[in-house]
Amino acid sequence: MYDFQYHKPASVADAVKLLADPDAKAISGGQTLIPALKHRLNRPTAVVDLSGIAEMKGIRREGNAIVIGALSRHDDVAGSAEVKAAIPALADMAAHIGDTQVRNRGTMGGSISNNDPAADYPAAVVALNATVITSKRRITADEFFQGMFTTALEPDELVIAISFPVPEKAGYAKMRNPASRYVMAGVFVAKTGGEVRVAVNGAAPCVFRQGEMEAALGANWSAEAVGGIKQDATDLNGDIHGSAEYRAHLVTVMAKRAVAAAG
Amino acid sequence: MPQVTLTVNGQTHTAEVEGRTLLVELLRETLRLTGTHVGCDTSQCGACVVHIDGESVKACTTLAVMANGSNVTTIEGLAAADGTLHPMQEAFREYHALQCGFCTPGMVMSAIDLVKKHPDGLTEQQIREGLEGNLCRCTGYHNIVKAIAAAAEVMHGKRAEIARAAE
Repeated sequence: MYDFQYHKPASVADAVKLLADPDAKAISGGQTLIPALKHRLNRPTAVVDLSGIAEMKGIRREGNAIVIGALSRHDDVAGSAEVKAAIPALADMAAHIGDTQVRNRGTMGGSISNNDPAADYPAAVVALNATVITSKRRITADEFFQGMFTTALEPDELVIAISFPVPEKAGYAKMRNPASRYVMAGVFVAKTGGEVRVAVNGAAPCVFRQGEMEAALGANWSAEAVGGIKQDATDLNGDIHGSAEYRAHLVTVMAKRAVAAAG
Repeated sequence: MPQVTLTVNGQTHTAEVEGRTLLVELLRETLRLTGTHVGCDTSQCGACVVHIDGESVKACTTLAVMANGSNVTTIEGLAAADGTLHPMQEAFREYHALQCGFCTPGMVMSAIDLVKKHPDGLTEQQIREGLEGNLCRCTGYHNIVKAIAAAAEVMHGKRAEIARAAE
């Protein structure tokens, strides 16, 4: 790992000023960035530690939404009474990210800002139609995730919190690679204010919505409704862990399980 | 160079580090606490697990500067001053939960966090899932799981001493 200047600002304003330097990089839990630095995939001259910024912390209910501070660790989300009561599928997702030690450090803001194809949270953000609140604006879930490791965030823009509308029903199911435990294909289904959204993660370079399944579940909320829908394998990931066709098959299986989990 | 002050096993230390210094490097190379191991160095094997403010973390995936001001416990900090082992260490010995021993410090530290997070007790399945971040290439895990179950009974006050392993 190359050395860098270390900064620990106490406010979003100070952090954003430091991140104006194009060679600076933000760190929260570091569970992705530190391995990337070790591999020299990333070579920042300055690392800006966000962990001391109070504005980015905390989980609270605001009207009909759960607002989760960007610095909330996966373990915080998994154990939050507010999240467990309002969106148990999200708490359960958080409880199964990585391993205990990753969950004790990794954060929601870090995960969605990185937008790894195999990350879990992007599927929840898209299916629950959450709003990403940044240091500059509010971004809808559909606009936020733009491609592999790519989001709508500008270089000096930070995620402050994510606001999740409370759904009527929500469920998530994923197939993990047996060795790495990374998601091969995951499906998050949600019905919020009568609208059904289905988001697929792990299977393609970026999280995407499955429109055919959304229409089927809108008409008939049941595992059978999605069981006959075949995901097109074009544009899905194919690698040593599984072919695009296998991942396409998994999307249907995970969708059925997600609906069953949602009840 | 950044300066860090942290409490390790009850003792306060101040050290100069580089931004890139990992917590595990500070522990092993500066403080000479070599019980915390580096196995994979890619956040997968868990041999480097220590506690920061009571929670298990991978010290190879934590910057030393990010542990500034915190309370760190390593495997060296578990036994009492008179040498009496922590119940988890005692259980690992009683149940022969190690062979080469390389993964053991991380296993013990993860196991203690796991037991503390489940005050109502743990099923075998919960123990196995709770060890997802720790790899052991010798034991096949069975005796590790038995040891953690036995230690949990003592840590939760259900037994005074570690149950003897079957002969």
